[in-house]
Amino acid sequence: MAGRTLYQKLWDDHVVERREDGACLLYIDRQLLHEVTSPQAFEGLRLAGRRVWRPGAHLATADHNVPTTDRAQGIGDPVSRLQVETLARNCADFGIELYGMEDPRQGIVHVIGPELGFTQPGMTVVCGDSHTSTHGALAALAFGIGTSEVEHVLATQCLWQRPSRTMRVQVAGRLGPGVSAKDLALALIGRIGTAGGTGHAIEFAGEAVEALSMEGRMTLCNMAIEAGARCGLVAVDERTIEYLRGRPFAPRGALWEQAVQAWRGLRSDPDAAFDREVRLEAGQIAPQVTWGTSPEQVVPVDGAVPDPEREPDPVRREGMRRALAYMGLAPGTPIRDIRIDKVFIGSCTNARLEDLREAAQVVRGRRVAPNVRQALVVPGSGAVRRQAEAEGLHEVFLAAGFEWREPGCSMCLAMNADRLEPGERCASTSNRNFEGRQGAGGRTHLVSPAMAAAAAVAGRFVDVRELL
Amino acid sequence: MERFVRHTGLVAPLDRPNVDTDQIIPKQYLKSIRRTGFGVNLFDGWRYLDPGGPDSDHARRRENPDFVLNQPRYRGATILLARENFGCGSSREHAPWALADYGFRALIAPSFADIFYNNCFNNGLLPVVLPAETVDRLFREVEAQEGYRLTVDLEEQVVITPSGERLPFHVEPALRRKLLEGLDDIGLTLERAGAIRAYEARRRREAPWLFQDLGEEA
Ligand code: SF4
Repeated sequence: MAGRTLYQKLWDDHVVERREDGACLLYIDRQLLHEVTSPQAFEGLRLAGRRVWRPGAHLATADHNVPTTDRAQGIGDPVSRLQVETLARNCADFGIELYGMEDPRQGIVHVIGPELGFTQPGMTVVCGDSHTSTHGALAALAFGIGTSEVEHVLATQCLWQRPSRTMRVQVAGRLGPGVSAKDLALALIGRIGTAGGTGHAIEFAGEAVEALSMEGRMTLCNMAIEAGARCGLVAVDERTIEYLRGRPFAPRGALWEQAVQAWRGLRSDPDAAFDREVRLEAGQIAPQVTWGTSPEQVVPVDGAVPDPEREPDPVRREGMRRALAYMGLAPGTPIRDIRIDKVFIGSCTNARLEDLREAAQVVRGRRVAPNVRQALVVPGSGAVRRQAEAEGLHEVFLAAGFEWREPGCSMCLAMNADRLEPGERCASTSNRNFEGRQGAGGRTHLVSPAMAAAAAVAGRFVDVRELL
Repeated sequence: MERFVRHTGLVAPLDRPNVDTDQIIPKQYLKSIRRTGFGVNLFDGWRYLDPGGPDSDHARRRENPDFVLNQPRYRGATILLARENFGCGSSREHAPWALADYGFRALIAPSFADIFYNNCFNNGLLPVVLPAETVDRLFREVEAQEGYRLTVDLEEQVVITPSGERLPFHVEPALRRKLLEGLDDIGLTLERAGAIRAYEARRRREAPWLFQDLGEEA
């Protein structure tokens, strides 16, 4: 019998029942909940008079709507406040653990899940949030779902699913200095497109991936959804196990030993076949900058804004024209000539400790350029914020003219007060450069934390490798 | 959930690729804790000239006359013709809620993003995948002919054009059944409670660390 991929192993371990029509009832080990995509799910339970199947398998936090300044004031916007309060009431009514805005463990769902050891290798993990793919860095089968499915998991601890096809992205060689997992993710999306992974689970492998830290792997898996894949995966290795050791919800004692033994088998067999293989050469990847309104509209920092007239496909050509009009950019403009108004270092893609360290390293001893109106650092969680402060990173940022904020999604999607004004241009470490994502009319360029920091001090995009 | 068996309706063409769920329903409307009322904010950023928020009186906002759904010939459309990778981005189910609330029953595109595609089936909305060349041709036909209507038949898995041409499509049997019968998924799954408990008991023996629940070990 041919070997199995990691994805197949995870899948097989969680099948409760297989129906003739191909659908499988899949058991879900963990669900993360947040205030935006859960209220209607709880309401559905109430209307049907249903209870939560296994309350202790869920963890809720408020992250999307929460202010990142002065939390003592509460939430000013009454609509946001109602949503956050609704989450609190639902969690209390249904017996679910909630790390609310005031809790030291609060943070972005995809940052706190791994950080607390709540999400572990070999688990199925879901959340009403597309970036649930992040947790695949721990070799968990993790994917985003809609609110109806959130309700389904609450009520049954299961989901009906059909298996995805599998894709392996092999990254040979090593990323150069100043080139990060974010650049790797963007380069991949530039290559296969935002629909390139549709219908697939992507396993990231190869020397460059093995060399990434756990946080780097999370960044990579986080962006799998921007490549169209519902989930990203990285096999378990010693780094995975060391990462989990001692985390608050990680198993202990004999259970830890037993778990580690099982985790070590969470890798694709050598003879496993993938439906699709993609190869990248890490050494050829330069820091990346998006120029358009889709993550696939990306070029290396030494490149230029492309010319739609050279695009043969008419639908894509029109998409490029529209993107350039929205972004206020002319074809042929060198990326380094693009000046920015704001900088956002944050989000579930790039607001972990290492991201802040990399940004601080660039910022240290420098100042935010005068043309940059606002530069924000929003840690991904309370724990990240405290550790960064213990290392003095906040002082580096503050001295340079950055603002140091409370944890949350913030300007990644601008549901709270942090946003771009119409026409403002932002170097952002988040994951989506969609029209209006960071504020109506706002223009987003996706970059790595080090590149965002470099843009902040230069006032325009520069190759961070020249500042290191 | 509303069933979907067969539907005939006016078609509106949305001619851009990679339409993401942020465009389908912008974030400021996600603060609602209800499941209804999103239709008025479908494609909000494209549809209106002035910015809006949850408190706006949408009836008084200025419509963008250039946006396709605002053109008189497409008013009342119930079938949306779209381009590749429709529904990409955020998993927000508010996107299918908004499309359905606006009045759409079916969507036709060369491809849909995975999470969005799944979400449609939980909301009585049928996403139909047709080959890119066929979709291209439908775009031309819709634009050429005012009042262009299509029939989408899920039972037979065909789209029928005004000239009677039958364009076959495929939907996974499980999803198809769900829409045809308007099934309550949760109720059906709960009928399998015994199997779920048996699975849990087995897994608890094999991998007990998976069952260290919150609130228990604290
Ligand atoms: S940080 Fe951004 S992408 Fe991540 S969960 Fe929050 S809103 Fe979504």
